[in-house]
Amino acid sequence: MSEHFFEVVEHTADVGIRSEASSLPRLFSNIAMGMTSLMADPRKVEPAESKKIEIEAEDLEGLLVEWLNELIYLIDAENLIFSRFEISDLSETHLAATVSGEAIDPTKHELKVQVKAATYHQLKIEKKDSSWSAQVIFDI
Amino acid sequence: MALPKRHVVPPSGVREIRPHVYEIPREHRPGMRVPGVIFADPDLIEAAAADRAIEQVANVAFLPGIVRASYAMPDIHWGYGFPIGGVAAMAVDGVVSPGGVGFDISCGVRLLRTDIEAKDARGRMAQIMHELSRNIPKGLGGRGKITLTLTQIAGVLGQGVKWCIDNGYGWPEDANFVEQSGAYPGADPDLVSAHAKGRGVNQLGTVGSGNHFVEVQEVAEVFDNQAATTLGLFPGQLVVMIHSGSRGVGHQVCTDYLKEMGRVTKEYGFELPDRQLACAPLDSAAGKNYLKAMAAAGNFGLANRQAIAHLVRQSFEVLFGTGAMALGMRLIYDVSHNIAQFENHELDGKTTELCVHRKGATRAFGPGRPEVPAAYSEIGQPVMIPGDMGTASYVLVGTEQSMRECWGSTCHGAGRVMSRKAAVKQMGGRALLAELSAKGIVVEAGNVRMLSEEAPYAYKDVSRVVDVCEAVGLSKKVAKLRPLGVLKG
Repeated sequence: MSEHFFEVVEHTADVGIRSEASSLPRLFSNIAMGMTSLMADPRKVEPAESKKIEIEAEDLEGLLVEWLNELIYLIDAENLIFSRFEISDLSETHLAATVSGEAIDPTKHELKVQVKAATYHQLKIEKKDSSWSAQVIFDI
Repeated sequence: MALPKRHVVPPSGVREIRPHVYEIPREHRPGMRVPGVIFADPDLIEAAAADRAIEQVANVAFLPGIVRASYAMPDIHWGYGFPIGGVAAMAVDGVVSPGGVGFDISCGVRLLRTDIEAKDARGRMAQIMHELSRNIPKGLGGRGKITLTLTQIAGVLGQGVKWCIDNGYGWPEDANFVEQSGAYPGADPDLVSAHAKGRGVNQLGTVGSGNHFVEVQEVAEVFDNQAATTLGLFPGQLVVMIHSGSRGVGHQVCTDYLKEMGRVTKEYGFELPDRQLACAPLDSAAGKNYLKAMAAAGNFGLANRQAIAHLVRQSFEVLFGTGAMALGMRLIYDVSHNIAQFENHELDGKTTELCVHRKGATRAFGPGRPEVPAAYSEIGQPVMIPGDMGTASYVLVGTEQSMRECWGSTCHGAGRVMSRKAAVKQMGGRALLAELSAKGIVVEAGNVRMLSEEAPYAYKDVSRVVDVCEAVGLSKKVAKLRPLGVLKG
């Protein structure tokens, strides 16, 4: 499993993830892994089962929020948690990916908070030289 | 209780116009259609400024159709677009904004009474909490005992509490003591996405994580004997409080419609200082659709607390070996603190219909209002304020003055003062458990490590918040409730 770089951002009532990457797909996958880390220990999540995701949005920020909210839907509705994110297509308005993980298991995954939604709060995706960065705040 | 008197300079942009009433004048930011009004005291207003929540109160004042003021309660803290603790009423030609309702649509509180005296139950509290914990799923990955089909969840979304009662989860009279008689008007399950329904089918009758709870409490103090008697409360009584909401359903509906509203806001050309104030005119298709979906999600929240209450009654039947009715486990009231509702209010001497957004604020209608259950008409609408697990919760009633001050609204709780990380750093979960145990409080937590995130020190002083509301006249204290057993996700 390749390295994912992300940082947790502290807020009074909620929590966020900040990340930097050399490519946009990498950035999106880092933040998704960061989100997993808020809920459980990602090292304990085996990428045993895969799901395909395909989404659209009006702009890049919207796409990032939509991506994370789609993962949240799968986590909540299908009781899965993910540790591998393979993004096959990513433009300003469209994303396709295969995500892998397994059923949530309280005895194995060291569960933490429940992430309920990704928000637009203080959301910014920035490109500086060859590096992309973003921060997303979650409702927990 | 006399509130501390201090003469301090309020934060920039804010001036105290009356005791405990702070105004942000329209001149503070060009674009504000009305002033901001924050109910607070010197410490609470400083906390609001530090949190940047004051700017959010000002931002809400930009919304088209907002009437009189952008209000905020003493427990204010920053939120998405609207601050938490915000109240904003719109004229019917104004807008509706999902950020003014919140992600957890119809998060709210329910209070069940019993005939049991707390002193007779205290010795068995561990046993009581264990039984509740067995029956009521909580936290991440907690699957409900009730699994709904897609047809059934449509029923819940459309009918709210009535669906539960018709399916054996509750007593027929329960609906009379729920806001809107158990179902928000205009709910349309077809406007709730498949994603939202998919999240909800396993979640009916589940508490959820964070600051949600089921608490067994003792009536520690009665402030208003007449109101307490009318509600069915007495000193030393054992009661059960439920704080929960619409779970994944509400969150998904909010997510879905924030995306939709973002598009619509652009089309209408609204100039808003924050993307999360995305809105649509109340009489537009987008606005109406949101309200219908919001009402449906709200119904899930009401039904969820109804289902949890049913599981509480069942648990007590096992524990005490007799029927819940024989135990006197009547529903006192159930009210949300994240919802938007059409209401009639006095505006410039005329009765006017307004759409009132309350996010982290509770409706608190006064005596005689038709929305108040007939049995409570003399005393006003009950309000339950959930405190943190170490201190106290409150029962209040709404007042006529509240109708004039703030569209009949009051606070909802205490609001956080520190981040989860800082809270966990201050004390570990096990140490907190030991400290609460020493105070006679039994805690059943789904996740002990994370328990300190919800520690009492992470929250504002709820008593202070409630006292400011009383000083302004937004609500009146009826009783103070002390936690004996806490069930948390």
